This record gives sequence, C-alpha cells and structure tokens, in this order.
Amino acid sequence: MIIKIIIILFIVFVFWRTFLRFRKGDITSRELVIWLIFWFLVAAATLVPKKTDAVSQWLGVERGADLLVYLSVIVLFFLVFKIIVRLEKIDRDITKVVRRTALEDKEDPES
Amino acid sequence: MMTSIVIPAFNEATMVASVVRAVKNKANQVIVVDDGSSDDTGQQAKRAGAIVLTHFLNRGQGAALQTGINFALKSNADIIVTFDADGQLNAEEIDKVVEPLILGGVDIVLGSRFLKPNSQIPVAKRVVLKLAVWVTNLYTGLKLTDTHNGFRAMSRLAAEKIRIRQDGMAHASEILEQVKKYRLKFIEVPITMYYTDYSIRKGQKLSNAFRIIWALIIDRVGR
Repeated sequence: MIIKIIIILFIVFVFWRTFLRFRKGDITSRELVIWLIFWFLVAAATLVPKKTDAVSQWLGVERGADLLVYLSVIVLFFLVFKIIVRLEKIDRDITKVVRRTALEDKEDPES
Repeated sequence: MMTSIVIPAFNEATMVASVVRAVKNKANQVIVVDDGSSDDTGQQAKRAGAIVLTHFLNRGQGAALQTGINFALKSNADIIVTFDADGQLNAEEIDKVVEPLILGGVDIVLGSRFLKPNSQIPVAKRVVLKLAVWVTNLYTGLKLTDTHNGFRAMSRLAAEKIRIRQDGMAHASEILEQVKKYRLKFIEVPITMYYTDYSIRKGQKLSNAFRIIWALIIDRVGR
C-alpha cells in the first residue's frame, strides 16, 4: 500500500532529523530516546495495524486505527489549548516590556 | 486636586494635536500614549503640549490606557480622565464628567452617549452598541446605558484597583467587570459623541465584536 510507504518514508525522515538535532545538541539524549520510541511505535502500527486492534479492543474501541484517531484529536486539542494560553502569556509579557520602556522614555511637551 | 487626562492614540496624527489643545486647560497634565503609530502622532501630541509615552510596538488601546494610567498614578494624580484621540468627544464636557468625583461618593464616572436625548448616532452603530451594552450588562450584572465609551473619570483609588489586562478593545468590558468586582461606586453622565467621516473610518467595526468576545473567553479559560 502506498500510504504505508509514505508514512515509513516520513518516519525515516523524522529519525534522520531527530539524529541531526541530537548531534547539534538541540535535544537531550532523553528526548532523543522518547522521540525514537514514539516514532518506532508509529512505524510498528503502520506495518502491522492488526496488532493495534488488541490494544484498542482492550480499551473498548473496535479498531486500532480508530483509537489512534481519537487519541490524536485529544492530544491536538490539548496542545492547541496550551499554545493559546502560552500565546496569551507571551502577549502580556510583550506588553510589560513595551510599557516599561514607554514609561522610562517619557517625552515632555514642547510647549 | 491633580487631574491627568490619558489619551491613547494610534495613528491619529491628523486629530491628536487639536484634541490635546482642546483638553489642555482642563487638567494639570495631558498624557498621550502613542501606541506604536506609524505616523507622527507622538510628535504632534508633544508639540501640542502633551507628555508623550511611546509604545514601540502596537499593543492595543487597553494596553495604552494602562500605560497612561500607570504614569498618571506615578505623577500623583488624584483624578484620571480617559479621553479619545479621534476628536469624537467634547473637551468642554470634561468638567461635567469630573464633577461627581470632586463632589465625592463616587469612584468612577462613565460617559454615556445614550443618556443624551438628541445624539446623532448612526443606526448601524446604535444597534451594535446596544447589543454590546446588553451583553455586557448581562455578564457583569451592572445596569448601564453605554458600556463601550472611552470617556471616563476615575479617582486615584479606582485607578489603583483597576488593572487592565486586556490589551485590545475588550478592556472596556474588563473595566466594568472590575468596577463590579471591587464594588466601585459609579455614575453615568450624559456626553456628546460626534460622528464624523474620520471617526467612523477609524472606529470599531462590527467584526471586532467577535474578537472582543473571544478575548474575554480566552482570558477566563487561560487564567
């Protein structure tokens, strides 16, 4: 199936990028291991999707693929929420900086 | 009584000087907060006789107001008036808006264009504003006739309590929320609002209402 090839190629690409980032010191060895395990599981689920059914049926979802979609949606929602909150905070911090410089550099009237 | 007038201004170079000159003799101090304008709003205001605080990035009207209020408090203002830079308000009415504070018993005075019987408010504007009044009254539990009016006067006490966290236009609702929360005594005073082509062009669009509501919701969820 073409989709499997595409996903596997993508995972290979991710592996490669992750290694490069690790070599450059952008991520720690712990993060490297976590990422590798995660993407390895994704690869496994892609190659033998039937195996994921066992896990999902234990949770009460018929197909493993469905469980993955459910989990992804939950995780994505959570991440978007976190990003919005984070953005809000960054916005407030920027305002604090801008306000402080405005108050420090006040200009007196010319007339 | 030391009175400061705070005028947030974003790209108001054409109007800001005349507004500053009009209000200058109504207060001890006129503070224009140039909110990252790309025109020479700051220069114009300074030449007209205002103290100018410059946001080097545009942060929104709420942020600009709070910056100006901080400065006024630092300059020991007893009364802080917030005023619009676009020439929509009448400087002669400042005395009337400040008066209840001087007489005492009130912490914040809110200008209301709807208390003025013969005010010329464009129909579309009137509908949107009335809707905003209704929604804001609903969730703050206050009974006001105009909730989105830039003409206010507050005592030092009120200015110290109110903290504008909403950088954008949602600050108007936020101020009222805090009036309720801190049980500040308020009064509405009828004021005139002039609608010119300029002010309508510069003014708030209906689409902004949704942005305001969104900002208020996010603020609640994110806290």
